[in-house]
Amino acid sequence: MNYSTTQDVQDIQWYPACMITDVPENGGVCVKYKEEQIALFHFARRGEWYASQNLCPHRRQMAISRGMIGSQCGEPKVACPLHKKTFSLIDGRCLSDEEDCGIKTYPVKVVDEYVYIGIAGEENGSEAICA
Amino acid sequence: MKIIVIGNGMVGHKFCEKLLTRDKKAEFQITVFGEEPYRAYNRVHLSEYFSGKTAEDLSLVDRHWYASNKIELYLDDAVVEIDKYNKTAISSMGRKLPYDFLVLATGSAPFVPDIPGTSKYGVFVYRTIDDLELITSYADKAKKAVVIGGGLLGLEATKALKDLNLETHVVEFAPRLMPRQLDESGAEFLKTKLEHMGIHVHLNKTASSVSGKEKVEALEFKDNSKLESDMVVISAGIKPRDELARDCGLRVGPRGGVIVNHKLQTSDPYIYAIGECALFEGMVYGLVAPGYEMADIVASQLTGTDKAFRGFDMSTKLKLLGVDVASFGDALAMENECRTIVFEDRVWGIYKRLNVSPDGKHLLGGILVGDASAYNILLQTYQNGLALPQNAEDLFMKSGAAAGKIAGGGIAALPNAALICSCEGVSKGAICCTVKDQGIYDLDGVKKITKAGTGCGGCIPMIKDIISETLKELGKKIKPAICEHFDYRRQELFDLVKVHGIKTFDEALDKFGNGAGCEVCKPVVASILASAWNELILKQATIQDTNDRYLANIQKGGTYSVVPRIPGGEITPDKLIVIGRVAKKYNLYTKITGAQRIDMFGAHVSELPLIWEELIEAGFESGHAYGKALRTVKSCVGSTWCRFGLHDSVSFAIRIEERYRGLRAPHKIKSAVSGCVRECAEAQSKDFGIIATEKGWNLFVGGNGGSKPQHALLLASDIDEKTCIRYVDRFLMFYIKTADPLTRTATWINKMEGGIDYLQNVIVNDSLGIGAQLEAEMQNLVDHYKCEWKEVVESPALRKHFNHFINQPGEKDPNVRFEELRGQKKAVDWK
Ligand code: SRM
Ligand SMILES: Cc1cc2nc3c(=O)[nH]c(=O)nc-3n(C[C@H](O)[C@H](O)[C@H](O)COP(=O)(O)OP(=O)(O)OC[C@H]3O[C@@H](n4cnc5c(N)ncnc54)[C@H](O)[C@@H]3O)c2cc1C
Ligand code: SF4
Ligand code: FES
Repeated sequence: MNYSTTQDVQDIQWYPACMITDVPENGGVCVKYKEEQIALFHFARRGEWYASQNLCPHRRQMAISRGMIGSQCGEPKVACPLHKKTFSLIDGRCLSDEEDCGIKTYPVKVVDEYVYIGIAGEENGSEAICA
Repeated sequence: MKIIVIGNGMVGHKFCEKLLTRDKKAEFQITVFGEEPYRAYNRVHLSEYFSGKTAEDLSLVDRHWYASNKIELYLDDAVVEIDKYNKTAISSMGRKLPYDFLVLATGSAPFVPDIPGTSKYGVFVYRTIDDLELITSYADKAKKAVVIGGGLLGLEATKALKDLNLETHVVEFAPRLMPRQLDESGAEFLKTKLEHMGIHVHLNKTASSVSGKEKVEALEFKDNSKLESDMVVISAGIKPRDELARDCGLRVGPRGGVIVNHKLQTSDPYIYAIGECALFEGMVYGLVAPGYEMADIVASQLTGTDKAFRGFDMSTKLKLLGVDVASFGDALAMENECRTIVFEDRVWGIYKRLNVSPDGKHLLGGILVGDASAYNILLQTYQNGLALPQNAEDLFMKSGAAAGKIAGGGIAALPNAALICSCEGVSKGAICCTVKDQGIYDLDGVKKITKAGTGCGGCIPMIKDIISETLKELGKKIKPAICEHFDYRRQELFDLVKVHGIKTFDEALDKFGNGAGCEVCKPVVASILASAWNELILKQATIQDTNDRYLANIQKGGTYSVVPRIPGGEITPDKLIVIGRVAKKYNLYTKITGAQRIDMFGAHVSELPLIWEELIEAGFESGHAYGKALRTVKSCVGSTWCRFGLHDSVSFAIRIEERYRGLRAPHKIKSAVSGCVRECAEAQSKDFGIIATEKGWNLFVGGNGGSKPQHALLLASDIDEKTCIRYVDRFLMFYIKTADPLTRTATWINKMEGGIDYLQNVIVNDSLGIGAQLEAEMQNLVDHYKCEWKEVVESPALRKHFNHFINQPGEKDPNVRFEELRGQKKAVDWK
């Protein structure tokens, strides 16, 4: 299986996050990358993977990875478990309301049994987006 | 039987419709003569012709209607003679047709005062499409227009001329506008409004002649003044078209109108007269609603039902003017002794007057100028004799539906017989039925089926209110589907899951849904699956709400709280010590909850299985503070210690809690057992509550605390423990199977048609014959109970997910912070 969500950016660094089996089907986990927390999701029904920052910009809670995933008009999304604000996993924009707070998304690729999260060169270790 | 209808106006047409629906045996052959060249059209909306509506738009039915209903229609062909001895009608085109019954629906013509010059070029009346056509083409060349008549129709014409960009004047011979509907103050407010709109109002003026060479040049008055003008529109009242009747010797009134009795028969019993040509008890009804009522009465007379005309309410609301004006009932307080309440607001130009009975209890009539939004509800309040609030003045403060709420309960208080659309004679009951029985939930659908709102349209806001009120009553949201992924209601999906043996969310989505699901449908399906099969919910952890997924309640900061089950609130000192020890070891904040348990807060996700392990070791199990499931069964101490206790409420509470522990439902379920009527366990505030009586137990259902507290209702009294459990089994299972998501039992019963009586019938009398099945289904769930915490503790695969970082097992979220408060920790505040 070889799958990646966002188009490969040139100097992207692929961080080996975990094994496929570590991630619950149609669910998410939190991956530690340096001091960053990244939420990783497996849409098993569609055979797709997405990643985003774990920090919910709403109340600055490290919780996105524990949220429920789903779709809105076909677009993959995640709902923060605390107040159920929803975010697109394509571009990270907030789908629930007027607040224009979004989250950062990351490319993902799967090679053999491993899941890699793509970290763009200049972005290495950069701050997550906050409201 | 041959029926001839003379006149294809609004009422003549309505008569055809009514006769067709009542003519079950198809024994009538209908022939219609119309003088105008158009099929019956909506005269009430005539003025819309100026804003671009065509004759076809205004038409009441499409071109095929008459033919397809086997009615012979002769347009542009007036009847010129009735031979009532030979029962034949003769038309201007020479048609000579026999009849068994004749219906005169000839309407009325504008009344033109007998003054010189009215036949001059540039003088018009305002009644038919042809009149309007003439006015429009003439108005092109005109600059200034005068309307004779400041009544309802005159003002409508005035506004229409104003909209054609003419300098517009209106002349009224009475000292005020709309003298039949308004009192002096009301008329004064209206005049001010019109003047603001640029309309010139002349009162106390009696026209004496129209002057000009060939065409109109001025209007002259009795007081010798004159008003120059390019055109004159006469709207000084109506004159019933009774000429045919007069010629053939039927009785007519001294000032016109074919005299009819309450069956609407003229002096010849084979000839009826309806609509504006009829004179009933000295009155010509110049509105469409009474005409429609007359049409229905004649249709029913002919088909063997004896319905009688008893006069009609002449309440009216002026439309189109751009100023709200309405009057209803005894507006001028001429007929009754009454108290009058007046409200005036000169800034906004609002005048309201209500006439109430001397005891202040009933509304007798009123006038609204400037703001008539409360017209419909006030009219209903008046027509149905609804009781007024203590301070009838309050009716002024609010407008529209809000006023309705004050006026004796609003829409909901109206009887089913209340006439909502008087044009089409549609009652509140008919609208409710369309919604309830035919499943029509939108205005357009209701209009189509009942015809309500298709006449003058004034009742449309009220129809909308009734639709939404009825939907609310049915417990329907406008869109009943769960979400974009499942086009079903919870109950439907529950049945599908059961029938098809669906065990997973994916199967459900494949079979009945689309897309990837979402945070709305996943927990709903999870709850259905849990209620249907009672399998371990963590088998499908990712469709569970976060609390269900981690079997604990997520808190501020992302840590969790742990609430072990303490059945009935009874706990041994040893168990208290265990809780204390565990809380101390993991540094948890402890608190007694509002439901007789102990809550431990601030556990990291990776600590949960460790904490549970220790609690389970000491004999605790999951208390389901998370999840839509049974929470606690609260107890009072009961007969074991209490000097008033009748039975052992604690033992029964424990038995109940152990029976239903872990039960998943559309919402959380709470219960309590009290040992006597003093009710220390507050059982009547629970989803099901049990109270000891001398003879056994009383079972209450549908109580609720929370933001909308509600007392539980008695379901069964003086029953023994076994019967009580049987009823609770049935009750809970019935709730689980039929309630919408996130609906507590109280709301579920509130929305249930027939309410508690119906429920009692189902549960106690087993009226649906499903009692045994519900009990068996519940027993199956009871037999499959397992402690969810234990399942995780014992399964390495499940435990793996209780980590903050997948790639750093055991490491806690470094972002979590606590503060100190009264010797314990607390979560830091949100930013
Ligand atoms: C812990 C507790 C407050 C306390 O410290 O005493 C509590 C805490 C919460 N309550 Fe409660 N309720 C608690 C007793 C009550 C009671 C009193 C009772 O049960 O005797 C009520 C009113 C009775 C009732 O439910 O009818 C109550 C009415 C609610 C409601 C309103 C329900 C309603 O129908 O309107 C909610 C909101 C909801 O469920 O949608 C709620 C929701 C919540 C939630 C779950 C809110 C949330 O989604 O996070 C709170 C988190 C609990 C947690 O542990 O993290 N809680 N809550 C009580 C736990 C009792 C227990 O041992 O299980
Ligand atoms: C501009 C305007 C606005 C109105 N607004 C409202 C309103 O808001 N609310 C309200 O309730 N009412 C309103 N009305 C009044 C309402 O239109 C009448 O009450 C209603 O049309 C009466 O119906 P009818 O069938 O009795 O008479 P009509 O609709 O006048 O129909 C009578 C028909 O019979 C024909 N006819 C006459 N003699 C013969 C003959 N010998 N042979 C063949 N045909 C003949 C006529 O040409 C006419 O077409 C308004 C009227 C007008 C003109
Ligand atoms: S309800 Fe009755 S039995 Fe229960 S504690 Fe109160 S007095 Fe005692
Ligand atoms: S913290 Fe995520 S929605 Fe509120």
